Amino acid sequence: MSNGVVFDPLNGIDGEKVDIAVKDGKIVKSVSEHRAKKIDVAGMIVMPGGVDIHSHIAGSEVNTGRLLRPEDHFKDSECKTSVTRSGVGYSIPSTFTTGYRYARMGYTTVMNPSMPPLEAKHTHEELNDIPLIDKATYPLLGDWWFVLEYLSQGNIEELARHVAWMINSTKGYAIKIVNPGGLESWGFGHNVTSLDDQIPHFCITPREIILGLCRVNKLLNLPHSVHLHTNNLGKPGNYKTALETMKYVEELANDEKPAVHITHCQFSAFTGDDWRTLGSGAEEIAKYLNGHSHVTIDMGQVIFTDTTTMTADGPFQFGLYELTGNKWVNHDVETETSAGIVPFRYRKKSFAHATQWSIGLELALLVKDSWKIYMTTDHPNGGPFTAYPKIIAWLISKKARKATLKKINPKARSRSLLPSIDRELSFYELAIMTRAGQAKALGLKHKGHLGVGADADIAVYNVNPHKTDPSKEYKKVRKAFKRAAYTIKGGKVVVKNGEVLKHVEGATMWLDVKISEPFKVTADMKRRFREYWTVEYENYPVTDRYLEISQPIPVKAEV
Amino acid sequence: MPHIEAVTCPVCGCLCDDIRLRIEAGKIVEVKNGCAMCESKFLGYCGEHRLSKPLIRKNGELVEVSLNEAVKKAAEILAEANYPLLYGWSSTSCEAIRIGLELAEEVGGVIDNTSTVCHGPSVLSIQDIGIPSCTLGQVRHRADLVIYWGCDPWSAHPRHIERYTSFSDGRFEKSEWKGYLSKTKALIVKKKIEKALKRVFARETPSLSPHVRREPPPTLFKEGRKMIVVDVRRTRSAETADYFIQVEPNRDYELLEALRLLVRDEELEVEEVAGVPVAYLEEVADLMIRCNFGALFFGLGLTMSRGKMRNIDAALSLIRDLNTRTKFTIMPMRGHFNVSGSDTVFTWQTGYPYAVDFSLCYPRYNPGETSAVDVLLRGETDASLIVASDPVSNFPRKAAEHLVKNPLIVIDPHVNATAQMGDVVIPSALVGVEVEGTAYRMDHVPLPLKKVVEPPEGLISDEEILRKILSEVRKIKAGKMEES
Repeated sequence: MSNGVVFDPLNGIDGEKVDIAVKDGKIVKSVSEHRAKKIDVAGMIVMPGGVDIHSHIAGSEVNTGRLLRPEDHFKDSECKTSVTRSGVGYSIPSTFTTGYRYARMGYTTVMNPSMPPLEAKHTHEELNDIPLIDKATYPLLGDWWFVLEYLSQGNIEELARHVAWMINSTKGYAIKIVNPGGLESWGFGHNVTSLDDQIPHFCITPREIILGLCRVNKLLNLPHSVHLHTNNLGKPGNYKTALETMKYVEELANDEKPAVHITHCQFSAFTGDDWRTLGSGAEEIAKYLNGHSHVTIDMGQVIFTDTTTMTADGPFQFGLYELTGNKWVNHDVETETSAGIVPFRYRKKSFAHATQWSIGLELALLVKDSWKIYMTTDHPNGGPFTAYPKIIAWLISKKARKATLKKINPKARSRSLLPSIDRELSFYELAIMTRAGQAKALGLKHKGHLGVGADADIAVYNVNPHKTDPSKEYKKVRKAFKRAAYTIKGGKVVVKNGEVLKHVEGATMWLDVKISEPFKVTADMKRRFREYWTVEYENYPVTDRYLEISQPIPVKAEV
Repeated sequence: MPHIEAVTCPVCGCLCDDIRLRIEAGKIVEVKNGCAMCESKFLGYCGEHRLSKPLIRKNGELVEVSLNEAVKKAAEILAEANYPLLYGWSSTSCEAIRIGLELAEEVGGVIDNTSTVCHGPSVLSIQDIGIPSCTLGQVRHRADLVIYWGCDPWSAHPRHIERYTSFSDGRFEKSEWKGYLSKTKALIVKKKIEKALKRVFARETPSLSPHVRREPPPTLFKEGRKMIVVDVRRTRSAETADYFIQVEPNRDYELLEALRLLVRDEELEVEEVAGVPVAYLEEVADLMIRCNFGALFFGLGLTMSRGKMRNIDAALSLIRDLNTRTKFTIMPMRGHFNVSGSDTVFTWQTGYPYAVDFSLCYPRYNPGETSAVDVLLRGETDASLIVASDPVSNFPRKAAEHLVKNPLIVIDPHVNATAQMGDVVIPSALVGVEVEGTAYRMDHVPLPLKKVVEPPEGLISDEEILRKILSEVRKIKAGKMEES
């Protein structure tokens, strides 16, 4: 691939003309000139394939969302072609369509952030049916009874061994915590409201769960930090909880690696006492992040559209149902977690929604170091992932922000910090926020960069950074990022000019956590299994046959 | 003598996975932990009713042919059809359903599963209202009130009560098994006394328990887990319950709406609703509000009686309302072992759970128009593929007539009415016994189905048969493209 303008932040390449050679699905130093297939991408942006750290694309809650909302699909369908399968959109696209739509935008790696361990097979079966992208998924472990019990006994090492077993048996990639303590309380219809609330029936608080699992994460040497959805999410005034959480794990900030990733931070950055006094806590959170390096966050940007909210945070979703009166699904999973789904429409003219929109962008612009914040919509919670080009436009152009600001709720506009922010992200920073930074936070060594040995996942966008002023011509950039000129997955051209050329399967990555002595399944473990779950021990793990292309990543733990 | 532990039972939506089998000389000889249905499946899977050879109808007679010939013939039928129907799916593995969907898309047909004649109305209601639900373990651990409405788990899901609800031991709630035993014993004693009284007085004595009580039974106020059964007749499950509410046939909707009003603290200004005194209903509503965790299970008594999806609307709304007062969940009692799975796979590939039409090259969903029975009644299909189901014996007569009038392909391990009417009949190996696969329990928990014995010679899984047909269809289509 020659003559492109390359942005490869992990290798420090900022808009230089670099030729890229690909062989057997990997990036290599050079290939034989006359035998290789050449692609001339003169005047186009070349970046590593996009990486999404948090997007609900598969599993039981996503699928229940699909089932719940035929009206979401009616207006958005894709026909079968000679190479692609048919499907439907919009906010919760069917599996094949999900893969195609990501690839069309130049994305090649996507992380599915919430998997109830008991239903892990379902998630993996769906991931198998998502083509063109590599995937991984995080098991929900924050309210697992084993976690609550071992932590209340203070037995971190034993817990670490069980978490390792769980990640191996669910073929997971990271520890996901959602509203710690809240989900167990939700089992009887309650919730926790602060980090120090006692969780009913268990002698433990949310604070202890977060710290305990962050410690476990370190003990196991997992490549990604703990992936945390904070307590009190979606409630006015919750920025305090987010800050308190970040401060609390400061003591673990002893090396380069972050200790915690606060996901869809926009939803945790509200000030005010109620919806009328809602305001932005972005400034405080950004200030904290600018001074500390043990936390990373992603945006959770809100898009003005009709979408479907779905989280493992059962009590939050119930609150959303009470707020909107829309249809509501709840799905609690024994001994592990819960989930909820509510359709939702973000309106420009709503004060709260417009404020949320502003908060997401404020976070992205006020955090100085782009390596600490990543672009997401928490698909589909803030909006569908297909809206990423819109966010890109807002990030690179003050003019684009102004254009939207003009249309939103006047009260929200007058309180927004956006007019005071002049920062416009460069393509280099954009590459960090959409691929390099995410890959680094995830500890994916072969993704998010174009150095020798990396996976040959490449995105090419038809816009010339030397001739285009993104600040003024943001519409041109937005269009280019919507339909990649080329998407190359594992060395194969899968998308050209926004059209899918090939249906190739993507791999599922998972951590093969190796602990010092192999995990023994004792009679006691089997007994507890029978008591806690309604399935037998033998039928619980996700066996190899559930992963069509399995890509284990070995991790050596310290226990 | 090898034992196989933790086998999943491929019969009903309970999908019990603790079955222990003893195998001798390649045959299952003993089943432990299973219910009667499970035993008869594992012990009687290889009887006379099994199909052993592929058949094709020639001159009105079904004659034995090779598998390849049958597959070719099936592919020809499907490739030539304008609007084929692919129906069944609820008693096969998710892996087979995946291929089935690909095949339906390839031939531009309509694909539907048995939900359409079973819990289809429940799905429609869920799409209107949503559903507050949970996995079955959650009920085991937490539920102190269990309601079965329009279903008879004792007979249809025999281990449901024992494994997941009232008679199971959870973390926060204990089994009511002992209470049930003493109640049964007391009943036996009571019957004996009645008999003795009869002998002594040699004439009819008034029964000790009049059929309709004037007061709610004291069991309703006991400590611990309570179980209520609502049904039109006194089933075995009703005998097990602490309280049985006998609703008049086709009046479930009224009863549900009455309960909704009571849960919202409204007054009912009538004496009784659907044959049940309001005083009882008030006690029940109170119980529902006071419980820590309630679970309502409903069956075809609700989905297929008068009102259909409106009944489910009322039930879902009742449970949703209750969640503002306490914790309450609701779950349909799915029948076939993988009917949840077929809804699930349909949804992730097409966005819709059943009744999916591919005739316009993209998935279209409009139950009532694109559902199997309606497509047949309008006489629109010109060929059918039936997998692991028997529509001829349970579809409306007119629909079945149209089904057999056109070329009919049947893939099934057994001889059934549909297979006997088929033009191409391909026998398959039994999933969960002779081949492995995946199925989804009624609460959407996926479980692996095991291969425990070798299939009879020459038989392959539904999945493999469908793959073969799909590749034949593609060959025929590619050939046609070249010709034109």
